[in-house]
Amino acid sequence: MKRQVDIAIIGGGAAGLAAAAAAYDEGARNIVIFERESAPGGILKQCIHNGFGLHRFNEELTGPEYASREAAAVSERGIEIEFEATVLSLSSSKRLTVVSPTMGFVEVQAKAVILAMGSRERTRGPLRIAGTRPAGIYTAGTAQHMINLEGIIPGNNVVMLGSGDIGLIVARRLAYEGANVKAVYNRSHFSGGLKRNIVQCLDDYGIPLKFLHTITSIYGKDRLEAVGVSDVDKATKLAIPGTEKIVECDTLLLSVGLIPENELTSQAGIPLDRGSSGASVDEMYQTSTPGVFSAGNVLHIHDLVDYVSEEGEGAGRAAARYVLDSAYEEDSANAREEGAGYSKVVPGNGVKYVVPQRISIKASGRITLRFRVRDVYKDAKIKVLVDGREIKSVPKRVLVPAEMAQVKIPSKDVSGSSNVEVSIEFGGE
Amino acid sequence: MADNQVDNVANDANMSGKRVVRRFTCVNCPLGCDLTATVENGNVVNVEGNVCLRGETYAQTEATNPMRVVTGLVNVSGSEMPASCRTESAIPKALIPKCLQAMRSVELKLPVTIGQVVVPNVCGTGVDVIATRNIGR
Ligand SMILES: Cc1cc2nc3c(=O)[nH]c(=O)nc-3n(C[C@H](O)[C@H](O)[C@H](O)COP(=O)(O)OP(=O)(O)OC[C@H]3O[C@@H](n4cnc5c(N)ncnc54)[C@H](O)[C@@H]3O)c2cc1C
Ligand code: SF4
Repeated sequence: MKRQVDIAIIGGGAAGLAAAAAAYDEGARNIVIFERESAPGGILKQCIHNGFGLHRFNEELTGPEYASREAAAVSERGIEIEFEATVLSLSSSKRLTVVSPTMGFVEVQAKAVILAMGSRERTRGPLRIAGTRPAGIYTAGTAQHMINLEGIIPGNNVVMLGSGDIGLIVARRLAYEGANVKAVYNRSHFSGGLKRNIVQCLDDYGIPLKFLHTITSIYGKDRLEAVGVSDVDKATKLAIPGTEKIVECDTLLLSVGLIPENELTSQAGIPLDRGSSGASVDEMYQTSTPGVFSAGNVLHIHDLVDYVSEEGEGAGRAAARYVLDSAYEEDSANAREEGAGYSKVVPGNGVKYVVPQRISIKASGRITLRFRVRDVYKDAKIKVLVDGREIKSVPKRVLVPAEMAQVKIPSKDVSGSSNVEVSIEFGGE
Repeated sequence: MADNQVDNVANDANMSGKRVVRRFTCVNCPLGCDLTATVENGNVVNVEGNVCLRGETYAQTEATNPMRVVTGLVNVSGSEMPASCRTESAIPKALIPKCLQAMRSVELKLPVTIGQVVVPNVCGTGVDVIATRNIGR
C-alpha cells in the first residue's frame, strides 16, 4: 500500500502529540502520527509519580494524566494516530516504511517529517560488568514498566547502579511496595538525576546514595545473589582494585542514563550532534534535511516534559509552515545548501552541547538556547558570546549536568553573525 | 535523617530566642532551588534562595509541617494492568505508609476513569485519592 501525507510524525509521546496539535492549529490538515505502542503518551504512561505539567497546565499532574490531556488535544482535532505502527525506515526524500497489524506494510511519502521517537535506556552491555548472567538484572525503566503497568515487583533486595531519574523514582516505588533498596551506587561524584528526586526518593526513605562507587562483579547462577562493589578513583574514574566488597541482593537495577533513539535519523543521512546525540537543528527544530524536524528526547534528553511539549509545538508549527508555504520551503533549502544565512551555535567551556545548533538570519523574537553542562559548577555565569563579543551573562548559584539549563537571547543580537558560543565561567576551586 | 534537613543551630548572644537555620531543596519544579529558612521560636522568619514564591511556601511548610503528594497503584478486578492513583493534594508526610496501605486495600471495577475517587478522605486528611489512568473505557 502507498500513502501520501503532508506531515508524518514518528512517535506519539509528549513531543509527537504536541507537534500534531500545533501543526493542525497552524493550518496543516493531512497529518498522521505513527506510534509503535497501543496507546499514546510514550514514557509518560509508566511515570505514575507526580511532577508533570507545572509550567504547561499550572498544576502538578502524574505522567498518565499529562499524557491523557495531550492525547485529548490530538483527538479533539480529529488528527489520525496509527497505533502499533512501527516506522521501519526513513529516507532522505521523506519516504517512510511503516508496519502495523491493521495497515500491514505501508509506504508513506511525506512532505514533512517530525522525528519524535524519544529515547531508550543504556543497558548492561556498554557497562562491561564481569561475571555471570543470572536473572534479576534490569534497567530501571524495565522495572518501572513491570511495577506500574504489569503489577509485578521485580525483587525484594535491590541494589541500583547509577542515579538517573528513572532509578530514583523506581527506588521510591520499590520502598513503597515493601522492597528493601539497599543502596544506590554512582560512579561519578555527581548524580545523573535531579536533586528533587534525590531528596524525595532517597533521602525521604533513608536509602543511601554512594558516590564514586561502581559494581565490578555479578554473582549468582540462576538468580542474582550478590554484586561486588568497588571504590572509584575520582581522577581516573576507574574502579580501584582490591576495594571490592560483596553486597547481597536478588535484584540489580541499572539507571545509567538515556540515549536519543536516532536510528531512523541516521538512516535518513541526517548528521547527529555528538554532544546531544540528537540531530543538529535550527531554531525552528529543522534538521539539515529540509522538511525534517526533531523534538523532545530524540533531539536531546529532557528532564522536564513541559519543554518537550514546547519543542514539539515549535517543530509542529514549523512543519506546517514548511508544507503550506512553498517560499519557506525553497528558502530553507537554498540556505542549507552552503550553510549560508546561519549563525553556528557552539558549546564553549563547560558546556556539553547547545540546541539549536544554528540560528537562521531570518529568526525573529527571542530564541531559547537549551544546553547541559559537563560538571557541577557553583557560583558560575552563563555567558553568550556572539563572534567573540559578550551579549549576555547570567549568574547561576549552581549548574549541574542532571538539569538542563537554558538562556534566552534576542534574535537581533545574533543576526548576521557567524558564531554564537555558550560557555560557563566559574571561579577556580 | 535526610541530609538536606541537617540543622545548623546558631547561638547568637544578641538574639532573644533560639534561631535555627534549615536548608531544603525546593521540589516544586525541577529547578530544585536551594532554600535557606531561618526559624525563630517555631516560626519561619526568612527564606532565601527561592526563584519564585512557591519556594518560600515550600520552605515554610517543610520546616513546620512537611506535606507530600502520594502516588500509588490500585488493583482493578478483571484487569492485569493496575490503575494508578494519587492524593488529590499533598498530605502530611508522616501519613505516607498509612495512605499506601489504604490504596492497597482497594479493588476497583472496570471501567476506571481519571479523576474518579479511589479512597475518599484518606486517613482522615480530608483529601481524596483519585485515579490517574483510564482503563477499559
Ligand atoms: C522516569 C522518568 C521520569 C520523568 N520524570 C519527569 C517529571 O517528574 N517531570 C517532568 O516534567 N518530566 C519528567 N520526565 C521527562 C519527560 O517525561 C520526558 O522527557 C518526555 O515524556 C519525553 O517525551 P518524548 O515524546 O520526547 O519521548 P517518549 O515519551 O519516549 O515518546 C516517544 C514515542 O515514540 C515511539 N516510537 C519510537 N520509535 C518509533 C518508531 N520507529 N515507530 C513508531 N513509534 C516509535 C515510542 O513508542 C514512544 O511512544 C521523566 C522522564 C523519565 C524517563
Ligand atoms: S522556588 Fe520556584 S523556581 Fe525554585 S524550585 Fe521552587 S518552584 Fe521551582
